[in-house]
Amino acid sequence: MGAIDVTTLTAQGCRDLLAAREVSSVELTRAYLDRIAAVDGAVDAFLKVDEAGALAAAEAVDAKPVGQRQPWEGVPIGLKDVLCVKGMETTCGSKILKGYIPPYDATVIARLRAAGLIFLGKLNMDEFAMGSSTENSAYKVTHNPWDLDRVPGGSSGGSAACVAASEAPWSLGTDTGGSIRQPASLCGVVGMKPTYGAVSRYGLVAYASSLDQIGPLARTVQDAAALLDLIALRDPRDSTSIGLSEPVGVPLQENLEGLRFGVVKELVGAAIDPGVREVFDTAVDAIGSLGGVCEEVSLPSMERGIAAYYLIAPSEASSNLARFDGVRYGHRHADADDLYEMYVRTRSEGFGAEVKRRIMIGTYALSAGYYDAYYAQAQRTRTLIINEFAGAFATFDYLISPVSPTVAFEIGEIADPLQMYQLDLCTIPVNLAGLPGISLPAGFSAGMPVGLQIIGPHLSEKGMLNAAYAMEQKLQVNTVAPLGEVAR
Amino acid sequence: MISRQEVEHVARLARLHFSEEELEHLQPELGAIIDYVQQLSQLDLSGLPTTSHAVALKNVLRPDEPVPSLDHEAAMSNGPDVERGQFVVPRIG
Repeated sequence: MGAIDVTTLTAQGCRDLLAAREVSSVELTRAYLDRIAAVDGAVDAFLKVDEAGALAAAEAVDAKPVGQRQPWEGVPIGLKDVLCVKGMETTCGSKILKGYIPPYDATVIARLRAAGLIFLGKLNMDEFAMGSSTENSAYKVTHNPWDLDRVPGGSSGGSAACVAASEAPWSLGTDTGGSIRQPASLCGVVGMKPTYGAVSRYGLVAYASSLDQIGPLARTVQDAAALLDLIALRDPRDSTSIGLSEPVGVPLQENLEGLRFGVVKELVGAAIDPGVREVFDTAVDAIGSLGGVCEEVSLPSMERGIAAYYLIAPSEASSNLARFDGVRYGHRHADADDLYEMYVRTRSEGFGAEVKRRIMIGTYALSAGYYDAYYAQAQRTRTLIINEFAGAFATFDYLISPVSPTVAFEIGEIADPLQMYQLDLCTIPVNLAGLPGISLPAGFSAGMPVGLQIIGPHLSEKGMLNAAYAMEQKLQVNTVAPLGEVAR
Repeated sequence: MISRQEVEHVARLARLHFSEEELEHLQPELGAIIDYVQQLSQLDLSGLPTTSHAVALKNVLRPDEPVPSLDHEAAMSNGPDVERGQFVVPRIG
């Protein structure tokens, strides 16, 4: 077999090549490492490429007879740098964790290791997953493979960009307020946030524990489904984990006959750019031509989601990030005279501006005298949003909306934090309600990718991914970013 | 709005220090965010319970069986200052 063209490969394609013995895992892994060497200087998706580790793991796979391998054994993957991988530096995009080497694997990592996947390396992200552009990384800015002057979205910007740039066939990201779906939309790949609890959070460095979920990014719905099935389980090490009620399997549904889709009125209004709205409307037409029914539905409290989220998430973050105190891991300020000064200097040096901002908001919201007015009121708003979703799912099988109000914006374009927060309008309510949501490539506006969001009831992953598959086959959207100039 | 004094108080609670220059940006930024989230105070939610987890679980139990966990050395391997199996910190105040 000649040179492997990774730009045409899906994870399923990798699996087929390995099964047919057309390539070895070392050859496949080498092809992705070569691709990373060729384009990542321009894309900057990776914080660390583990060439030696990946090739050693691939050699071990090649040493096994094909018939004795597991289905996905020998297929490479990229990992968001918020997941603990034993022996591999894990920074969360923060200076405060520079040099941190986890002594254990996150449960999802242990699962992928046991399944024989090859870890290419760790992917860039907004510091501690706080951001919508990956510009908040302490290390580098990741570029959108469709236009290198633009952001890839965030916080899982590296995870989305690496798949769009064919540096990995698929990747893991995390989603607290849209951090898988929004970069997937902006980079033109499939990205899915599972039901809260479907995937164990053990070994995921916590941002907002009641909202965080790990999920797949991939080039196709079938790949995303396969990766979800690999990682979903009830884990005794995460007491909030429940797994999936049934494995998703391989989505093969061809039409949407008998399915009712609610178009969320509050998420398709004036906040949405006309170009994004146009792509959304073509997706609605596609659903109709597949036999599905689309009707508008009003969920009036969706617009309160951002306010509730920016109280709940920073509150949880201010508590979760208290652990970064310079005692047990990570950065420590070396010249402090006493413990208090050591804490303050360590944290002030180690955290970036956005993380400090959210710690401040959360500390303020939880401080004496404000708890009821802010945090408790936000948690009641959360109940309101959950109830509205439940009401809509009494009538509709799924809800749809755009993922992001705009296409990818230019690097440095949005400096005002509050303006950046507004971009999470469509994705945040899904996290607040713990629902599964997917971003499916739906088309392009002025050459930049636009995703369609499908939202389902709790644990509806199997049906939702089958519906997404039917739409994917109908829409036939290109997911390969044209990086020709860079790659040469 | 949030006063300069409040910002400094919250920073102390959060074990953070900001320079004069940082505070000049931070105070209005926090003020704008707090003004924005205050919209929730207009909602009458008096009858609604608070939600802390969206997927409600009750009594998550597991068998009380010992399983292997990290050994002491591995657990301390990232400590910036470790001596005789313990984390060393500066004196308290």
